[in-house]
Amino acid sequence: MAGGRRKRQRFSRIHAFSCGRASFNGEHSLIGGPGFSRVVYCNDPECLEASLHKYAANYVRTTKYNIATFFPKALFEQFRRVANIYFLICALLSFTPFSPYSAVSNVLPLVVVIGVTMGKEAIEDWRRFKQDIEMNNRNVKLHLGDGVFEQNKWKDLKVGDIVKVEKDEFFPADLILLSSSYDEAICYVETMNLDGETNLKLKQALDGTSNFNEDSSFQNFKAVIKCEDPNANLYSFVGSLDLGEQQYPLTPQQLLLRDSKLRNTDYIYGVVIFTGHDTKVIQNSTAPPSKRSKIEKRMDKIVYFLFFVLVLMSFVGSIFFGISTSEDLEDGVMKRWYLRPDDTTIYYDPERAPAAAILQFLTALMLYSYLIPISLYVSIEIVKVLQSIFINRDVHMYYEEADKPARARTSNLNEELGQVDTILSDKTGTLTCNSMEFIKCSVAGTAYGRGFTEVERALATRKGSPLVEEEIEEELSQARRKGSPLVEEEIKEESHVEDFGETKPSIKGFNFMDERIMNGNWVSEPRSDVIQKFLRLLAICHTAIPDLDEETGKISYEAESPDEAAFVIAARELGFEFYERTQTSISLHELDPVSGRKVERLYKLLNILEFSSSRKRMSVIVRNEEGKLLLLCKGADSVMFERLAMDGREFEENTKEHINEYAEAGLRTLVLAYRELDEEEYNEFNKEFTEAKNSVSADREEMVEQVAEKIEKNLILLGATAVEDKLQNGVPECIDKLAQAGIKMWVLTGDKMETAINIGFACSLLRQGMKQIVINSETPENKALEKMGDKSAIAEASKASVVHQISEGKTLLTASTESSEALALIIDGKSLTHALEDDVKDMFLELAIGCASVICCRSSPKQKALVTRLLKIKTGKTTLAIGDGANDVGMLQEADIGVGISGVEGMQAVMSSDIALAQFRFLERLLLVHGHWCYRRISLMICYFFYKNIAFGFTLFFYEAYSSFSGQTEYNDWYLSFYNVFFTSLPVIALGVFDQDVSSRFCLKFPLLYQEGVQNVLFSWVRILGWAFNGVLSSTIIFFFCLRAMEHQAFRRGGEVVGIEILGTTMYTCVVWVVNCQMALSINYFTYIQHLFIWCSIGFWYIFLLAYGAMDPNISTTAFMVFIEACAPAPSYWLLTLFVLVSSLLPYFTYAAIQMRFFPMYHNMIQWIRTEGQCDDPEYCHMVRQRSLRPTTVGVTARYEAKSNRWKDKPEEQS
Amino acid sequence: MNTKGATTSSAGGTDGASDSSSAAKRNSKKPKYSRFTQQELPACKPILTPGWVITTFIFVGVIFIPIGLASLFASERVVEIVYRYDEGCIPTNYSDQKLAYIQNSTTNKTCTRSLIVPKQMKRPVYVYYQLDNFYQNHRRYVKSRSDKQLRSRASESDTSTCDPEGTTPDNSPIVPCGLIAWSLFNDTYGFLVNNKTLKVSKRNIAWKSDQEHKFGSDVYPKNFQSGGLIGGAKLNASIPLSEQADLIVWMRTAAFPTFRKLYGKIEKDLEANENVTVVIQNNYNTYSFGGKKKLVLSTTSWIGGKNDFLGVAYLTVGGLCLFLAISFILVYVVKPRPLGDPSFLSWNRNPSGV
Repeated sequence: MAGGRRKRQRFSRIHAFSCGRASFNGEHSLIGGPGFSRVVYCNDPECLEASLHKYAANYVRTTKYNIATFFPKALFEQFRRVANIYFLICALLSFTPFSPYSAVSNVLPLVVVIGVTMGKEAIEDWRRFKQDIEMNNRNVKLHLGDGVFEQNKWKDLKVGDIVKVEKDEFFPADLILLSSSYDEAICYVETMNLDGETNLKLKQALDGTSNFNEDSSFQNFKAVIKCEDPNANLYSFVGSLDLGEQQYPLTPQQLLLRDSKLRNTDYIYGVVIFTGHDTKVIQNSTAPPSKRSKIEKRMDKIVYFLFFVLVLMSFVGSIFFGISTSEDLEDGVMKRWYLRPDDTTIYYDPERAPAAAILQFLTALMLYSYLIPISLYVSIEIVKVLQSIFINRDVHMYYEEADKPARARTSNLNEELGQVDTILSDKTGTLTCNSMEFIKCSVAGTAYGRGFTEVERALATRKGSPLVEEEIEEELSQARRKGSPLVEEEIKEESHVEDFGETKPSIKGFNFMDERIMNGNWVSEPRSDVIQKFLRLLAICHTAIPDLDEETGKISYEAESPDEAAFVIAARELGFEFYERTQTSISLHELDPVSGRKVERLYKLLNILEFSSSRKRMSVIVRNEEGKLLLLCKGADSVMFERLAMDGREFEENTKEHINEYAEAGLRTLVLAYRELDEEEYNEFNKEFTEAKNSVSADREEMVEQVAEKIEKNLILLGATAVEDKLQNGVPECIDKLAQAGIKMWVLTGDKMETAINIGFACSLLRQGMKQIVINSETPENKALEKMGDKSAIAEASKASVVHQISEGKTLLTASTESSEALALIIDGKSLTHALEDDVKDMFLELAIGCASVICCRSSPKQKALVTRLLKIKTGKTTLAIGDGANDVGMLQEADIGVGISGVEGMQAVMSSDIALAQFRFLERLLLVHGHWCYRRISLMICYFFYKNIAFGFTLFFYEAYSSFSGQTEYNDWYLSFYNVFFTSLPVIALGVFDQDVSSRFCLKFPLLYQEGVQNVLFSWVRILGWAFNGVLSSTIIFFFCLRAMEHQAFRRGGEVVGIEILGTTMYTCVVWVVNCQMALSINYFTYIQHLFIWCSIGFWYIFLLAYGAMDPNISTTAFMVFIEACAPAPSYWLLTLFVLVSSLLPYFTYAAIQMRFFPMYHNMIQWIRTEGQCDDPEYCHMVRQRSLRPTTVGVTARYEAKSNRWKDKPEEQS
Repeated sequence: MNTKGATTSSAGGTDGASDSSSAAKRNSKKPKYSRFTQQELPACKPILTPGWVITTFIFVGVIFIPIGLASLFASERVVEIVYRYDEGCIPTNYSDQKLAYIQNSTTNKTCTRSLIVPKQMKRPVYVYYQLDNFYQNHRRYVKSRSDKQLRSRASESDTSTCDPEGTTPDNSPIVPCGLIAWSLFNDTYGFLVNNKTLKVSKRNIAWKSDQEHKFGSDVYPKNFQSGGLIGGAKLNASIPLSEQADLIVWMRTAAFPTFRKLYGKIEKDLEANENVTVVIQNNYNTYSFGGKKKLVLSTTSWIGGKNDFLGVAYLTVGGLCLFLAISFILVYVVKPRPLGDPSFLSWNRNPSGV
């Protein structure tokens, strides 16, 4: 531990800890009052007072039900659907005498339907339950008394317990930090799961507790904490700790939140203050909203419409019934005497015809219930579950490295995936892997580094661009030689993956390849002196700490940010190994160019001029072994170039060019420069600097900055570095495909604006030549105002400036719509606050929608959610949010679809997402293939459902017109109740699960196909009404043709005439044939399953007829022997079936043929070229692809095109 | 310094979580590949190419027209005599009080008419009565019967569904109960050809399944038509229900308010221009609800009775299909249409909607 100790001291030193000892301030006086009533007796489980407080257990439940509540709750859920209530009422009414059919036949389908749905619900909840168990059974070391710590389950933690959390473990509950392995009792916390920020947060325990840093020291530890009640505010905490006599104030500085992670610290001790549902992170997570897809919402409207039709039909029927009933008895004379109107019940009483009519209305409501597809909801749910199984089982969405397949957590939203208009994406962990890699550098005006960035790779695979190096070029040409473009694409994909495997850095953070520099070869480069300085600067100018592994002798580094680590590693790999840091010195193993051997060198560290977001640079001042004073400085190009000395600008032009290239490729660039100081200058500086540092006035920071400003000038440029914020595999291609599909992409990130813009470039969301509208609150005026300290004035002014910037952006927008120039909007968090205010947000949204890409940086989780909501509500379009951290939870829940990236450890996002993916790139397949399929399956399925029920229901209605609206059905009760359950259900489920217009290959090849979903062309009202009309038409044809053909003459040779049961059977046969064959006509994809289901449904009808007809007449009633005795031997029965079938399908068939020929939809065209075998003909493909009027503005393809346009334009300008 | 590939070091604030992939390959969650789960099942993907469309239309036309012709021919071969007698059989002095006439049990309801056979009618000649505007499919009417009672003697008293014709005022069950049986048609027809009586056979006019399974051979009419209000025909209480062919036929309720029911069969050819004298007992009251009564004599063919509808409909649809086929061929020949016309894409038509 000795090394550790030493290290610790230094670390805190470097950090120049300024968090200041907390003191009691205003807020602390609230303790004990309302809202601040929590009292925690630490390490005192037997304490009486502690047991008085019933604080929540640490068990976290995400399930909806438990065993006891399942039945009532799940049933209640079921009957929240209007349709189900209606069917329940029907079922209850069917026990009354005015039911048109028997009760059992009516209740059975409802029971089946509800039962299946509840079963599904139970299975889903069971899965959640298992997940809970996993989470709650994680282990943590718990103090059991007498200084003994033992592994214990998370769920068993109680408020007041002392726990020991070790490195890289998650905190099991909200803790108050007592002490850590560091002397200063500090610890580093990664809060990625909470806010998505990747930099480590420093927490520090109170002085009073910091010496309890051994297991044994807790033997007699007792303390009382009084603090605020559980709340959702992550960044505030007020409390006090009574330790013996002493009372200490507690601030967020001591609070460790559940689901954040301990980093860089061996262990900490903490006391549990909030458990389970009281923890801030869980308080923050709102109950997952139950999301319903737009299609389902529209479906509800259709159901309401059908209700309306149903009521209308019943109403009309009951009026007619009332009239005919009242006429039955006039002045004691019976009209229809055979009904005995003189001696009747209320249902048919001519004396009370209005009452009879009202009761008849109820009967009719039940009778026409077949218009409402009872099995629709359950069928859709079954279908969706099966669809999500397909999503889960897709091998193309399986991530080998993490062993994670895609997982659809809710199946409600499958079809919504096919309608996404805008994707709102998180950056870190979603687009990027959150690892920085040193990839390129420019030294002395020469660019080094042959590594490929993800975006270059993407561009290269697109077309052989000038950026491409031979490697990929070769693969490409190979692929081309192999022929068809499709094969080419596949090969590229493959080679791409392999390629990735090869270049995958064996060293994390380092992906640099250049034989000119590596392995000490830089010595022979023309400007080796500059290179030496450059590398040395990398090795010295930083705040990282080396960590020597005693066993292997390897050195690893701990740094505040991954990019800093990348620099040190790069320096190490290139021969400048930084291996030791003391308070005053930095030691390197350097490659000596003269001797070619490794030498140790010690640099005296004099000052560190720290990085800050306003300075955008950091410097160190060192004295080397020769006694020379050196100022080494690295920083953003915007601040560095202006600080160069006149004679230090030797490489400026080249370096600038390289930096632009790097930035274009989405790399983070830093400019490196140095300067030699003379003693005098330094001494003067040092005096001022020390003075400034030690000053106590409020503007200390500013003073320090000013002093630093003075010395950081006249620098000599060395070069620039480029670090890749590594994009996840395949992200640019994926974004490109999505952009081609017409999906808009917004990036919402908590990161800095520069980083966000870099990533924008890396993802091809931004490109050179794109007009950027940057809305920023960090303007000089605002800063000036901030100094004044008037908060309201600041708010007002910054709001005004935001409004101004937005309106400026809008004028740009209107200008650009004429020139069709792509715009990009970049807005920072502060501005976003103002932009989201009620009076501005419409304007903001209008601007944002007009821009090709939108990047919101520095946005808080809440802002992410707000932006999502704004977009969702105001545009009414479908939004998809994708993210991986707990900071994205709000956004995921707010969006129509939330996709969680399950690649990283945090489960928060995944838990609140609707679909979990392992990688961003799978989004492409999820949306373009599964989304598209599901969308068209579900929409076709719903349309078909309405069709089949209208086709059936209207025959009932028509028949009523011929039976004096008395409520008599022509069908047997069981025919009726089996209609939805058996004879028509399976094919429609098969349609919903298996149908595909075009194969996945074509879905991806023609991304524009996706627009069918976005524009909702397959579920437009025209289409729905078209299907409804088709249903009415079919039922008209079925009913009236049967009526006319079977009128009153004998229907077979034996002279028998048609009775109600024969007519019913015949008509029902026709209905079954027609709706099933209509299904066969409207699907595009016939596997054996479809064949099986469709023909079996029809076959099953005959089997049912035979079986049911063979039963005892008490059971089969009117269906007894009807098929075998009456229908089957009659040729006219079969002829009529054939005729009705063909003539009912004829209108649709003709319509479909005409549409296919003259008004083909996009998928029709793809089907067309597929059938005609032109799908491999690039010309045809191009033609079909070029269908969009709106040019694709973002993505690799667009970038490539823009680039080639620029190339094209340039020679023209010259000539 | 040879670095490539050899050193693995954890760097920066992040840790190296690299070697988790090698672990537990056996428990991989990788979905198993099958053509089913990957939705790549072999399938036929029919699309409506012009070839298919035209072929289908021609096919339907070619099939339908012969069927239509055959049906029409069969229907045309059927000889049918329909004679409406409800108006004509009212004596002229009662023409204003039809109801009184029919309800008066003492009036003479016999009505003799003669019919000319237009064409030769091969035996069997079926005799039907046709009622009009008679809602045998009214729910109250249809429900008003007791299948159990009809079936077996044991359930004789099972008359709960038969109101108001379930029981006599002294609560003994009516067999057969219910409105349907109560309103049994009671006109009778006698036929004379050349003054010789034509025998009207009642055999096999009812469905066999009804006679054998639904109407019990041990169930005898009881208390039937004994109440105050007489509906229709009375039944011979000594014949079991299974033998009461008229009742069985009547109890199969018709589907529509206009219906025919088999009255009997004449097992004798009727020659063309033969004069058939019909003696009608005009008992049944259709006057109160304005229904017509018709007597129908008809032969049958394989398609059943006379109805041109099916034949004509087949011909029409067949013709229509051929017409459509020709139109499609013409369109195809005259204006072959290239695929690459983007103007019909729905979202191209309203670019503003994007």
